[in-house]
Amino acid sequence: MNSLILRTLAPVITLLMIVFSVFVTLRGHNSPGGGFIGGLLAASGVALYALAFGVAAARRMLRLHPLTIAAIGLIVSALSGMASALYGVPYMTGLWFDIGIDLSTVMSFDIGVYLVVVGAFSSILLTLEETEDE
Amino acid sequence: MAAPAALDLTRVFVADPAPEAWLVILPVVLCITMGAALAAIRKRIHLHAPLAIATLALLAIIDAALLYRVSTDGPMTMVMGRWLPPFGIAFTVDVLGALLALTAALVALAGAIFALSDIDTNRRRYGFYPFLLFLMAGVSGAFLTGDIFNLYVWFEVLLISSFGLIVLGGEREQIDGAMKYGLLNLVATTLFLIAVGYLYAIFGTLNMADIASKVGHQSSTLPLMTLAVLFFAAFGMKAAAFPVNFWLPASYHTPRITVSALFAGLLTKVGVYAMFRVLVMLMPGALETLAPLVGIVAILTMLAGSVGAIAQSDLRRTLGYWVIAGIGVMLSGLAIGGIQALAASVFYMMHSMVVMTALYFLVGLMAMRSGSFDLKSAGGLWKSSPLLSAIGLCLILSVAGLPPFSGFWPKAMLVGAALEKSHWWLAAAILTSGFLITFAGGRIFLLAFWRAASVEIKPARLPVMSVVALAVLTTASVAAGLWPEPLAVLAKSAAHGLYAPETYIRSVFTEPRP
Repeated sequence: MNSLILRTLAPVITLLMIVFSVFVTLRGHNSPGGGFIGGLLAASGVALYALAFGVAAARRMLRLHPLTIAAIGLIVSALSGMASALYGVPYMTGLWFDIGIDLSTVMSFDIGVYLVVVGAFSSILLTLEETEDE
Repeated sequence: MAAPAALDLTRVFVADPAPEAWLVILPVVLCITMGAALAAIRKRIHLHAPLAIATLALLAIIDAALLYRVSTDGPMTMVMGRWLPPFGIAFTVDVLGALLALTAALVALAGAIFALSDIDTNRRRYGFYPFLLFLMAGVSGAFLTGDIFNLYVWFEVLLISSFGLIVLGGEREQIDGAMKYGLLNLVATTLFLIAVGYLYAIFGTLNMADIASKVGHQSSTLPLMTLAVLFFAAFGMKAAAFPVNFWLPASYHTPRITVSALFAGLLTKVGVYAMFRVLVMLMPGALETLAPLVGIVAILTMLAGSVGAIAQSDLRRTLGYWVIAGIGVMLSGLAIGGIQALAASVFYMMHSMVVMTALYFLVGLMAMRSGSFDLKSAGGLWKSSPLLSAIGLCLILSVAGLPPFSGFWPKAMLVGAALEKSHWWLAAAILTSGFLITFAGGRIFLLAFWRAASVEIKPARLPVMSVVALAVLTTASVAAGLWPEPLAVLAKSAAHGLYAPETYIRSVFTEPRP
């Protein structure tokens, strides 16, 4: 889309959306938020960027192919459940590690969900915008 | 947020599982993780096939170990996140689930090997192997879960991945088939979801063991008939039972032959499995009232499948109708009721998974030889490839239910159980449909194998690995036909687990239920 206003603002807004999506993801444990809606926010940021600068530029910004991002997220989520095997508790049991800040397998699961949603939805949105260009 | 001080954790959390309980969840985790890993290395296509085959082989080993544990020690449970059931999602495996999961894994392994020659690099780039592994995650999850909403989730997983598989390559005909397949299956899963909603409204729980123990002593006051009919409709659609079977022959002939083979072997059987699990184990009272209806549906499904097959000249369409006929046979076991009949259905289900997949492989190789799937132009295969002809004869006799192949024993058990309960009409339908399948199979054998080739086609070399995959499945069918005892015993204990779910319930709830 050829609009000076959009082109000027898009990088800023995209950056803000992605930062906010990370915030929403991380606060998701006890407050509204979580990986899914965080991922949706980030994916809409990517879509906005693609609107302003074209799909090719958005793909370059992501560096990895969207589906690769989704796949990595799926692996992270599935393996965070497996961590409980080391502690002899059932699959997907939340494990907490206090090293100054609280790290947990619940969080890594949510980060995995975030990546799955970012990847899958960016893939869909970018493909849709791509056919729009032609 | 401070937790209430006097929280007794033993009332919230389950005890820590034994290490071997991980076998329950591993099949699903393995398939998901490896499927995602293959999707992540989408640029290195040459790694896909060996990794997928290794994963599926490992899956088969895990399922075999699981079956061994479950058949010796009774059902096993793992509750996600350590929450006390029914709040935590439970994976509970009994003999039925483990048996079908193992069969599915072996069929998928054969499919992955057959795909080496059938799925070209371009289609692999679209993600054949990742989709296959996700499909197996869905199938294993459906067979192993002990929670009915979780069952719905696995249905969705396998619906999405099968949707990916059916459009692989994106030919016009495939999109058409995918539309019919996807739309009707979406309707079925939605119906399933609505039924799950009702179930939750009635019982306040979705854990199968919990429902099974609650149904026992308050079945007369609840609207269980409505619920049972809803579930029957939803799973019947999934399984392609009579009035709602038209999507199957309309879509199964469109994708690559490996994909058709996997669908024929796995997908409809998951529908039948869900029907067994829900109707027999959770709503036995309603099923008793429903049995005549199930019987009529079973007869019509058998006849629709076996008559429809005769009218086809496209070999893949013929097989599509045979899949339907097999579903009818499994449903007739449900209609007859009793451990003997249900065991026969379970046995038949395993037979059908292996033999229908093998038949699709066979047809794929036949088409490779004679150039098309059309029966009109086929011919001369007896001369050009005797091995393929011999395998073809075995499989056709097996699907028709003639001795000494694997289709014979479950059908004999079913007919015996039907006559014992004086359901002579079901027995007659089973025998009639067997006769009609023999007729259609005989026609295929006569035209494609015995008839001299009408036009001289330079036959392609058959890929060795594909022939091996087909031969192994055929050997399994012959072996099950010659030595049916162990399978019959396992099937009987699977059916017993459905009719008397006490051990299943006890594996989830260690204390007796109130």
